[in-house]
Amino acid sequence: MNSCMSPLAFTFITFAASIVAGVCGSILGLGGGIVVIPVLTLLLGVDIRFAIGASIVSVIATSSGAAAAYVREHMTNLRVAMLLELGTTSGALTGAFLGGLIAGRWLFLIFSVVMGYSALAMFQKRHSDPSVPVPPDPIADRLKLHGEYFDEQAGEVVRYRVTHTPLGLALMYVAGMVSGLLGIGSGSLKVPAMDLAMHLPIKVSSTTSNFMIGVTGAASAGVYFARGDINPFIAGPVAAGVLIGATLGSRLLGRLKSSWVRVAFVVVLLWVCLQMAYKGIVG
Amino acid sequence: MTSTQTIPQNAAVLKVELLISNLLRIGVITSLTIVVIGTVLTFVHHPEYLQSRDALADLISGKNAFPHTIGEVWTGLLMLHGRSIVIVGLLLLIATPVMRVGVSIFAFLYERDRIFALITTIVFLLLLLSFLLGKATA
Repeated sequence: MNSCMSPLAFTFITFAASIVAGVCGSILGLGGGIVVIPVLTLLLGVDIRFAIGASIVSVIATSSGAAAAYVREHMTNLRVAMLLELGTTSGALTGAFLGGLIAGRWLFLIFSVVMGYSALAMFQKRHSDPSVPVPPDPIADRLKLHGEYFDEQAGEVVRYRVTHTPLGLALMYVAGMVSGLLGIGSGSLKVPAMDLAMHLPIKVSSTTSNFMIGVTGAASAGVYFARGDINPFIAGPVAAGVLIGATLGSRLLGRLKSSWVRVAFVVVLLWVCLQMAYKGIVG
Repeated sequence: MTSTQTIPQNAAVLKVELLISNLLRIGVITSLTIVVIGTVLTFVHHPEYLQSRDALADLISGKNAFPHTIGEVWTGLLMLHGRSIVIVGLLLLIATPVMRVGVSIFAFLYERDRIFALITTIVFLLLLLSFLLGKATA
């Protein structure tokens, strides 16, 4: 495919695809690698090494590009994000240590099952009422984690209480470890953990995940840069496109129906689940 | 700073939010501008990239070497190489979330929120540790 293309055309196609990745990623709380990697490798014939390097850049760009708006609109729960970053960063470090010790194949299979289960559980929650009281959590009270945001689409202020903080923190540790080990799923594990365990509204889960993935991405980006995996000719247009897409996406999320965001996330989660199962089986 | 006493409690959170939002916005706009300038310069320096179909294969397979150490980036920068400028923009983008964590420590200290100042400090140290480890293993 790439043999019939000039570098200029390549730059424009990468840029355009990255805008799409930025819009989707910023709405769902994911990094955009799910769009960037297949477009670069399958469509444009880029070496997988550079595609992964570019997708790390895409994660950070999605996060920073959208978070500026989400934080200002109080959709992101900053306190929850910063607390949970304890789990994700220490998990990522553990993952880096365990790197060679665990066979990736089994991990892919295990987390394929975890993601499939999360997708089903999240789908079943689609009619649940966020105002239903959640089990009390003294830690969430003490750390003042509860929050509220104005939902543009519903036209009302949504007040919510956070629960099961220790479980959420433990799940973030696992999520950080898995993304450190497998290099994927930084957002696709965080959103279900906040949604299912901590009972955050879906838009809060997605924007809070969006906020956190920037830090997880930055932690590993240094390694990729030093290894020479971040090719400026590829990662440059990816960064520019994703930054613009994420800014656009952050304006869209407020107007979308929460149940729609949830179903879209479930679909992506099932896709990741299948991809991981494939990697686990084929190796 | 007498004004802090009259602000309702929630305003402390709002101030931290605004500070972080502004920091992210500045980081994003600056890095986007630098990346775009670098990309345009790359094409200005290499007019053949506008048409040549052979050039692309070298660029995306890594045969056409690009800088990936700070020293190489600096040398390229002095010669106004487009790709070195793009890398500076990318490095700034990577640094933005790290700066965000660093600035939050001070924001929480200023709001006298000791627990969250401590939490953010630990996150910041873990981040630095992963950078050091990354350098060692790369």
